[in-house]
Amino acid sequence: MLFYDVELASPLMLGTAQYPSPAILAAAVQASGAEVVTVSLRREASGNLAGQAFWSIIGALGTRVLPNTAGCRTVKEAVTTAHMAREVFGTPWIKLEVIGEEDTLQPDVFGLVEAARILTEEGFQVFPYTTEDLVVAERLLAAGCRVLMPWGAPIGSGRGLNNVFGLKMLRAHFPDVPLVVDAGIGLPSHAAAAMELGFDAVLLNTAVAKAGDPVGMAKAFALAVEAGRLARHSIPMEPREMASPSTPVIGKAMLA
Amino acid sequence: MKIILNGEEREIEERILSHALCELDFGDAVVATAVNERFVPASQRSAIELNDGDRLEVLAPMQGG
Repeated sequence: MLFYDVELASPLMLGTAQYPSPAILAAAVQASGAEVVTVSLRREASGNLAGQAFWSIIGALGTRVLPNTAGCRTVKEAVTTAHMAREVFGTPWIKLEVIGEEDTLQPDVFGLVEAARILTEEGFQVFPYTTEDLVVAERLLAAGCRVLMPWGAPIGSGRGLNNVFGLKMLRAHFPDVPLVVDAGIGLPSHAAAAMELGFDAVLLNTAVAKAGDPVGMAKAFALAVEAGRLARHSIPMEPREMASPSTPVIGKAMLA
Repeated sequence: MKIILNGEEREIEERILSHALCELDFGDAVVATAVNERFVPASQRSAIELNDGDRLEVLAPMQGG
């Protein structure tokens, strides 16, 4: 699948926050097979320069980076953060977040569309963190987005795919648009389910970083997304209401 | 001159942004800057003069989801 003309072999994108240590972060990224990791921009303390150390760790991973605008609540804030991220990270990719509600960290989809339009006109390649709303998806595509990233559930909740029907509709309506489930994934089975629905990738962070063994969990997710993708390509059976014997009835002995 | 660096008041001598960053010990660090909520590209830092009370944001790569 191409994400803004970049072919990615792995359908897993991994966040870099909340790991027990930089070494575990690096080992988890390697175990996950992810070719894209998300990063952010935060205030740098003069004299400490923690960001420089982090940047050298990310550089050593050899992955692409997808900077985010996490925590931004206005269009202006998100657009300015995107400008700063493009300079620091040297990529036109931006995971665009405009947060509209504190408890759920639900996207402000109105601000999101406006910010997406501004940024795509300026040459950014926008990965919008959105809901599964079809109309918002249409507006984001009209604004120039060529990838959509609907949430599975609220960020960090680990609740999985809250609205499977909505995600299916999105897939059916936009068969040619790269779709990524971003946020809410808690278990490898959630990631496999997203891939079985035909999504092109999943983006997750907390489920790996906060696992008891982040490296083991990263590997579990790598296997799950591969299983889900293979299942999708292999065309799953249609569910049915009634039982249907899988063992042949013909030839059964009369022993009763 | 007093400025607000990343939300905290700081006293600095240098007025030119690029010089002020050196004075504030950022040296050659990979950072992005904004003055009074406006992005200042690295290429323009030597042309930007800070004024008393200006709000300077200095951001660096950090962990993110």
